[in-house]
Amino acid sequence: MKQLILDADKCTSCLQCELACSLEHEGLFAPAYSRIKVFEFEHGKRNIPYTCTQCDEAWCLHACPTNAIAINLELGTKYVIEDLCVGCKVCTLACPYGTINYNAKSGKVTKCNLCSGDPKCADACPTGAIVYADPQELTV
Amino acid sequence: MTWHGKVLIADLSANTVRTEPLNQAWADEYLGGRGLATRYLTEMMNPKADALSPENVLIFATGPMTGTMASTSGRYCVVTKGPLTNAIACSNSGGKFGAELKYAGYDLLICTGKAVKPVYLLIEDGNAQLMPADDLWGTTVWHTEEFLKEKHKDPQIKVASIGVAGEQGVKYACVVNDLHRAAGRSGVGAVMGSKHLKAVAVRGTVGVPCANPERVMAVTKETHQLLKDSDGRRELTEFGTNAMIDSMHAFGGLPTNNFLKMTFEGSKNINPEAMKTPNENGHTNLITNKACFGCTIACGRIAHIDKQHWSVRNRENYHHASGGLEYETAYAFGPVVGVDDIDALTFAGYLMNEHGMDPISFGVTLAAAMELYELGILTNEHTDGVPLNFGNAEALTIMAEKTGKQEGFGKELGLGSKLLCEKYGRPELAMVVKGQEFAGYDSRALQGMGLGYATSNRGACHLKHDVFAEDMADQSGDGKAVPCKNSQDQIAMIDSTGLCLFTTSAWDTDAFQRQIAAACGDDWTREKLLESGERTWNLERLFNLHAGLTAADDTLPPRLLETPAPEGVAKGKVCELDKMLPEYYSLRGWTDTGIPTQETLSRLSLNEHAV
Repeated sequence: MKQLILDADKCTSCLQCELACSLEHEGLFAPAYSRIKVFEFEHGKRNIPYTCTQCDEAWCLHACPTNAIAINLELGTKYVIEDLCVGCKVCTLACPYGTINYNAKSGKVTKCNLCSGDPKCADACPTGAIVYADPQELTV
Repeated sequence: MTWHGKVLIADLSANTVRTEPLNQAWADEYLGGRGLATRYLTEMMNPKADALSPENVLIFATGPMTGTMASTSGRYCVVTKGPLTNAIACSNSGGKFGAELKYAGYDLLICTGKAVKPVYLLIEDGNAQLMPADDLWGTTVWHTEEFLKEKHKDPQIKVASIGVAGEQGVKYACVVNDLHRAAGRSGVGAVMGSKHLKAVAVRGTVGVPCANPERVMAVTKETHQLLKDSDGRRELTEFGTNAMIDSMHAFGGLPTNNFLKMTFEGSKNINPEAMKTPNENGHTNLITNKACFGCTIACGRIAHIDKQHWSVRNRENYHHASGGLEYETAYAFGPVVGVDDIDALTFAGYLMNEHGMDPISFGVTLAAAMELYELGILTNEHTDGVPLNFGNAEALTIMAEKTGKQEGFGKELGLGSKLLCEKYGRPELAMVVKGQEFAGYDSRALQGMGLGYATSNRGACHLKHDVFAEDMADQSGDGKAVPCKNSQDQIAMIDSTGLCLFTTSAWDTDAFQRQIAAACGDDWTREKLLESGERTWNLERLFNLHAGLTAADDTLPPRLLETPAPEGVAKGKVCELDKMLPEYYSLRGWTDTGIPTQETLSRLSLNEHAV
């Protein structure tokens, strides 16, 4: 199954991924609402892109009291059903990686859904630091 | 439309902030960034006012493309009257601060007056407030940024600040953002210091609206690809701007020892290869390349100093990674002062960022001091006992630190080359135009560059025109006025978009036009964009004329006009400015004394700004 493969060694922290993500999901350029984040360490020595890993055992899903997080079996994604989300934030506490976040504007949580199979962050990345591929099919 | 339509005005004298609607009529004439800020500046201040008086106005300007997904969309400009030149200053910076300011909901930030006590401006989305900065005054840029992120418990805050150099009026103090990006030239940091404004800290989550995402994304994809496929872009990514140092040395246009020479054998020790090659301790200078906001080029260098190097051996606070050498820093701490110790150069760069100073002006000022020293005009008594010979790496780092902290002879170096050389009775040794020091190109070898330097509205500058191709092909002044004028107008336009000049290896004016039309509307045609750039250039000129500058200021030092090139491709030549300048004035539609004619003013709708 395809997944986002993130390679920190290739990341320059240009934030094109965050721009693409926010445009796709929020309709504007606003990295603050991006589902993927680039973290800078040691004055820019290391730049690390990071987003939901779509855990097999997704604690966000199990923690949700309103069943607002569902599984897309075809893509392997866990996605938020906005109509069911009440914004209680329990999932944000359950996630060990901090990749599901509360959006104060909408009053609901947001997380990566791999843009329903066409992740815009991978498309926007100029250096190949974000690739959408099946790891088993990648030639080493 | 990718403007917010909002301007934040901080009245430092009254200790108040307010929001005003953006003057959309001006935005339609000047686009944004450099042009729009120049329009506001001319409206809000008397050009004759002292640059370091409360009457000066300090503008941080984003462009309509700032914060969008267009590549290199992180640029902002600081526009004000510069203390180094007493002319208009327009310093452009990358990093992430500019986009964050835009994301907070503002197109421009305008600072007027002078605070009674030191303050910083905190902007969080639509809210802005002036906060006391007494405990930050006297501290470095690096401390200020860390302190503010910690104080407000938000590592995502972006900070633009000044160091002691800006506080104490070093003529070429800069505004540093994101630790090692800077609005570097003309002393904009000293203006900030004169206003008692230590920093602007901003957090923006509002974002930038996009009216027509499908079209914007289609153009963005296409222009990203143009950059990806460009050889010029590839070179910038791989080597950074310092790729230029080898070619300038080989060409014989690399200013060395305060322009006494035009080649530098030590270049090989500070070039991109040297940055990537391990030294005898196994230490490699370069760590990685790094992008400014939105940039798919990533020409920035992240480097570190060898911990065993004498400059930082017992100074652990300089052992971390930070901004590394780019061409202009390599030139200004290298050939022009005769130094080729890569760790000393890198350390000097750290000190510039930490204390907030322009590397070019500092390096060329030190070069002038070194020439005065070798002539016996300056002695160890003046220089705190430090021998200022060309090639003394220790003198470079000691003086960089003294200037940053405004100690000892550093106070004199903080005057800039012009005032320093005047003070010691040798004004002709100052390698400046309008008081601003030259970048790393000798205009005896690059004639068009000489014309660009002489006519640049902010004094000597390599970033306001682009005659490289013509200069490399032909070492005469023939035919340089046309590309000089045209590129000045094009670059004034680019600086008004919020995008970066370093895209021009891949993007022509039409490529910019497609992006701006998609974001701002189809009335932004190629013609309108270039006219807007020309209007900006002329308005800057008019500001300078009102400030008291004349055609006599459009000149170069005698070393470039009278002393034949000692070596290199242009050996025996001088800069043919006398030939190029009249042609240039005529092309611009200016009188032979460099004043825009009535016809030119009417054509560009600048009548109200007539001299």
